[in-house]
Amino acid sequence: MALRRLAAAALTIAALAGCGAGERGSGQGPFARYPEKLSAWGLFAGELASHIPAARVEPYDLNTALFSDYALKFRFVRLPEGPDGEVEPALYREEGPFEFPVGTVISKTFAYPTDFRVPEEGLRPLETRLLIHEEGGWVGLPYIWNAELTDAELAIVGGPLEASWIDAGGARIEHTYRVPNANQCKTCHRTDGERVLPIGPQAAQLNREYTYADPDGTTLRENQLERWRRIGFLEGAPPAAEAPRAPVWDVAASGSVDERARTWLDINCAHCHNLTGSGRTSGLDLRKDHDNRTRLGVYKHPVAAGLGTGDRVYAVVPGKPDESILVYRLESTHPGIAMPEIGRGLVDVEAVELIRQWILEMEPPGQRERADWVRGSSDPLPPQAAG
Amino acid sequence: MKHSSAIWTHCLCTSVCLLTLAACAQEDATLRPGDNDHRTLQEALLTAEPGAVIELAAGRFELDATLSLDVEGVTLRGQGMDDTILDFSSQAPGTGGEGILATADDFTVENLAVENTRGDGIKVEGTTGAAFRSVRVEWTNGPDTNNGAYGLYPVQVTNVLIEDSRVRGASDAGIYVGQSANVVVRRNEAWENVAGIEIENTTGADVYGNRAHGNTGGLLVFSLPELPVKDGRDARVYDNDIVENNLPNFGKEGAIVSTIPAGSGIIVMASDNVELFENRIHRNQNSNLAVISYLSTGRAYNDPGYDPYTEGVYIHDNEFVGGGESPNGDFADAFVALAGGAFPDIVWDGVSNPDKLVAGKVPADLRLYIENNGDADFVNLDLGSVFAGGEPNVSTDLAAHQGSLPAVPQPVDLGAATGGAP
Repeated sequence: MALRRLAAAALTIAALAGCGAGERGSGQGPFARYPEKLSAWGLFAGELASHIPAARVEPYDLNTALFSDYALKFRFVRLPEGPDGEVEPALYREEGPFEFPVGTVISKTFAYPTDFRVPEEGLRPLETRLLIHEEGGWVGLPYIWNAELTDAELAIVGGPLEASWIDAGGARIEHTYRVPNANQCKTCHRTDGERVLPIGPQAAQLNREYTYADPDGTTLRENQLERWRRIGFLEGAPPAAEAPRAPVWDVAASGSVDERARTWLDINCAHCHNLTGSGRTSGLDLRKDHDNRTRLGVYKHPVAAGLGTGDRVYAVVPGKPDESILVYRLESTHPGIAMPEIGRGLVDVEAVELIRQWILEMEPPGQRERADWVRGSSDPLPPQAAG
Repeated sequence: MKHSSAIWTHCLCTSVCLLTLAACAQEDATLRPGDNDHRTLQEALLTAEPGAVIELAAGRFELDATLSLDVEGVTLRGQGMDDTILDFSSQAPGTGGEGILATADDFTVENLAVENTRGDGIKVEGTTGAAFRSVRVEWTNGPDTNNGAYGLYPVQVTNVLIEDSRVRGASDAGIYVGQSANVVVRRNEAWENVAGIEIENTTGADVYGNRAHGNTGGLLVFSLPELPVKDGRDARVYDNDIVENNLPNFGKEGAIVSTIPAGSGIIVMASDNVELFENRIHRNQNSNLAVISYLSTGRAYNDPGYDPYTEGVYIHDNEFVGGGESPNGDFADAFVALAGGAFPDIVWDGVSNPDKLVAGKVPADLRLYIENNGDADFVNLDLGSVFAGGEPNVSTDLAAHQGSLPAVPQPVDLGAATGGAP
């Protein structure tokens, strides 16, 4: 079903090729210098859709990732060759993304399986997003896969793709998946408000095991940071045991509810909601490593939420997820309400449960915290913690 | 002018100029409504050269996703606010929170309409230079809680010009300038919004020649806590018509404007150095003009760097007609209980920063001055005494408010800064 719809989209693209522009806008203006086809980047060996890494390409995974309408994501990084013929390594940073050399290409393919109960089977890639590191900075490029899954085409305008799958509970889902446009790459990746930067490849997120497949069919399970150190992909990194490690949001053993929720908010929201990103104008800061609870939303009034308040007064009310604007916006898909604003057309039901639990268990402001508050004439301070 | 690449696809889609490739590359393209308007417009915005003018033909463009712009100096120009219409009724989930989002310097949008966005209308974020000229943003169903929040929405922008535009139906503020500097808002019309025009946490604003009518609140000059850019100041509000802003509040609870009593003409809150003159403020049934501190909203906050007091306000040569007949809201309850009857034309909450008093008096440059407003009456609610635990000394005596403040500095000439009005 979905395959046939994808086929229809691909035929339209082919039909439009006459004037040198794809249906979703390739090869024009500042994008003219980029390959129209994903295959031209040479990231993968053999059949493109198999995603077999070519030379200097490493697959990787994150401990806790951005939710993208339940799409599975397959990530790769290719590092450039240095003057000595060796791979030019990335530089380790304990916080924030590693410093990747100019010439790095980061690739992320979004795919749905036919049936999430057997997620490794029937995978259909929808789009592959590239982040390429040029002299002038990072550039984001969306590529949309053709119906035959033989290649993907540059599609700077992005656009809708019909998809369907059977979810983990056995229900059939029909969904209009939205590929973001090339500007929207920047909306998320311009994390400091100025430069486009990678988000995922940072120490805490990469510090995990990955099962690497060798061409001969054997597999090797190895910590990603250890491997990157071992094969010369990463310089300056400590042993993995000494590097930070983010919890896996849906694995209870990997961290407390607070740690997992803060990590989920960090990777899903904090690329905008930090002190310098595009969400700064709201004053809401959802990065994981600060303890200013007002900036985290606790008893913080909304600013420009408009109808997004859902008639709730504060971003986060400790103990009361149903009174927290944060939860309301995560549970909506209305374009004027939903957060994040782009790239999410479905509710991440399981993650919302975690955020609800986090708010439910959250302590109200303590005595010391209350001292910072200025009391209004009729709005009493938040109730004091019991005991 | 560079050609817009969207003409390529447009040519193909309409099959009218498949004759030669040269026809496809024709210069001076005007984009027309077609079978995939979002693709056409978004591609033009993505591939525009810096400084490009993107011309839109008359007609209705059906858009199912946000249009985003990140190229400097681009002008998006239609054929008139009643002729070129960008209709976002079909905006889909996951495609953005506004109609148009511009994140590049020196963006100009003019002579077009944006209708029925699910979120905000036109947002410009974090740039230098933004001009909105003869633009209409409208939720055509009229006031509705589920309409988008802001119509015209520059935030953290230096050098803003909003002129000759019209906004209706916003569930927050029709024209909202937030955390910005050097702002001119002139000759606009805002009606049937919760707030008509709101200048928030902004330094240096000239707001004149506007007509705000039929909103819940006509014109707000606010400074709010818990925001990265604080302490708005230096606003001149003059020659505006603020008329019959008596619409029941239809904002969602939580937003500050949802607390505004219906019938509010002008409210100045926590902004400093505000000069209001030669305005015509007519028949706003709660209060024609209120000057209050943030403390009087009753909202607690946690922001040690924030100044909740309104200091240095000069109100002169305004014309007040009617209004104040139906005081409502917390203030009004307090007032009616104390003094009864209608609200005077000018209501002051009487709250000053106790830490700045010199010999028990507010320093001259921080006071409220009221002069030459015809027969406008006045009340000082003295909530400052209430907050201090005492009884209010409600007063209608204007004698304590005679005098004037030096003229507020005029913002830079934004017409020049943004390319000049025709």
